[in-house]
Amino acid sequence: MPPLDLPDGLVAIVKRDCPTCVLVGPVLAELRDRATDTVTIVSQDDPTFPEPTGGALDDRDLATSFALDLDTVPTLLRIEHGRETARIIGWSRDQWESFTGVSPLGSQLPPYRPGCGSLTQDPAIAQRHATQLGERALQARRLELGNDEDDAEAMFERGWSDGLPLVPPTPERVVRMLTGTTRDPQDIVAIVPPDLVECTVEKVAINAVMAGCRPEYLPVVLAALEAACTDEFNMHGLLATTWFSGPVIVVNGPITRAIGMNSGINALGPGNRANATIGRALQLVIRNVGGGRPGDVDRATLGQPGKYTCCFAEHEDAYWEPMHVERGYRADQNTVTLFAGEGVRGVVDQLSRTPESLTRSFAACLRTSAHPKLPLAFDAMLIITPDHLRVYEGAGWSKARFREELGALLQLDGNELVRGAAGIEEGIPESLADVTLPKFRDGGFLIAHAGGGAGLFSGIMGGWASGKMGSEVVTREIRS
Amino acid sequence: MTTLLDPTSERAATTRERAARPATLDGLTIGLLDITKARGDVFLDRIADVLTTRGHTVLRFAKPTFTKPAPVDLRHEISTKCDVVIEALAD
Repeated sequence: MPPLDLPDGLVAIVKRDCPTCVLVGPVLAELRDRATDTVTIVSQDDPTFPEPTGGALDDRDLATSFALDLDTVPTLLRIEHGRETARIIGWSRDQWESFTGVSPLGSQLPPYRPGCGSLTQDPAIAQRHATQLGERALQARRLELGNDEDDAEAMFERGWSDGLPLVPPTPERVVRMLTGTTRDPQDIVAIVPPDLVECTVEKVAINAVMAGCRPEYLPVVLAALEAACTDEFNMHGLLATTWFSGPVIVVNGPITRAIGMNSGINALGPGNRANATIGRALQLVIRNVGGGRPGDVDRATLGQPGKYTCCFAEHEDAYWEPMHVERGYRADQNTVTLFAGEGVRGVVDQLSRTPESLTRSFAACLRTSAHPKLPLAFDAMLIITPDHLRVYEGAGWSKARFREELGALLQLDGNELVRGAAGIEEGIPESLADVTLPKFRDGGFLIAHAGGGAGLFSGIMGGWASGKMGSEVVTREIRS
Repeated sequence: MTTLLDPTSERAATTRERAARPATLDGLTIGLLDITKARGDVFLDRIADVLTTRGHTVLRFAKPTFTKPAPVDLRHEISTKCDVVIEALAD
């Protein structure tokens, strides 16, 4: 119901369940008789109240009370030319007399009584109202499930799922999800491939609900989607490729602590809701909004489990500067960095105690990424763990020094890479036999720091077709 | 009763008629589009040889990268210069 059309004059909003309102009931009747202004009475809980005035206008749906943004009852308003020009709350004889111009007033009442909370301040009612208001901003098609329909099964049947159960995206949940951002629900976040669909904040929120996100994760999902849908990241190609890779999200900045992301033990594994659901939400948007589904546009020969979700926070309280700082952002900025990554593979080195030795281990393992005879074609990310990083810290090697030393070890002799070398037909053209080539292009090798507890292991995540040929690494700031 | 919000694009796919297939290649210009995947050129070189030997006019085109859709300009050029197109997708 729309709010009541209140006439000019005095308007009192009351509720029966308020002793002060009960107290002023006779005063309102007195005002009706004596004031020169029209006196209108509105009741929040019972239109037969107050009895001395013969009842009141009915505002049990609280539309008028919400429109007036009431804190307290009784509230006495002055309306002039259809607009509120003044208000007083509670009962104070002096105030009421000067406000109404009727004096003496309520002489049998005590001089002062505080009011009670307006029903609109009841937390459950306020939440319900916020949901109703929020729902009005929603434009997605509504699907009514039958009474005997199982909601989990209904979502599987409609093809919304990645294979795992989904949280039903009810309007209430989507409205709650949207409280995680200040952005308008109908803002366009990105053009999502492969169908190149304009995707609104609302559609992202719906998929984030299904993925299991909390509202405070939504800004991270929005930033990840923006980054994924850039030309440079090339989500279309990444989806369509026969290769294993999918979007890997590295999150940096204070937000990772604020929303409880995991950068420590098992950072790449299960057990943390934010890590698990942010990556999944991105994939669900690509599936449901973009129309990118395995077997259709997603042509992966084998795929990999990281395509359900792959998102982690970097451990930033460490000897090396974090990824986003290395990429030109301030430490206090919140960012997502998207990398087209395969699954993770381990590097064991439990014996190296010098950075020279450990760097050689990393180089030997990184060389084999995708194929030991293929340079420049595929990017990679090294996820270095605390036990390995300590070796560099102990020797005073900066991140830049490590990059330099590693880069020198990954200069590959073309003779070892050409087709047929080492009895392997895969490789580069014979014409490049006399050229020395780096394993990774400039900007094609990422370093992240994560993991926790014990373990002299680090991780390598291979990439996909690198740079302009395929995918660039893309970082975006997370906005509220 | 549960109400759910639709997580999809709410679009319905449109069905389009295929272009009519020519009964013969005689007199037609044939475009060969290399998507630049490894060894796609091997396949297309052979096809070009065969078609040229049979007296057909063959034009060669290549996508800048196999990871992205063909640029609009390239598609336009092919559509204005060719009557039929053969695209090689190889792995």
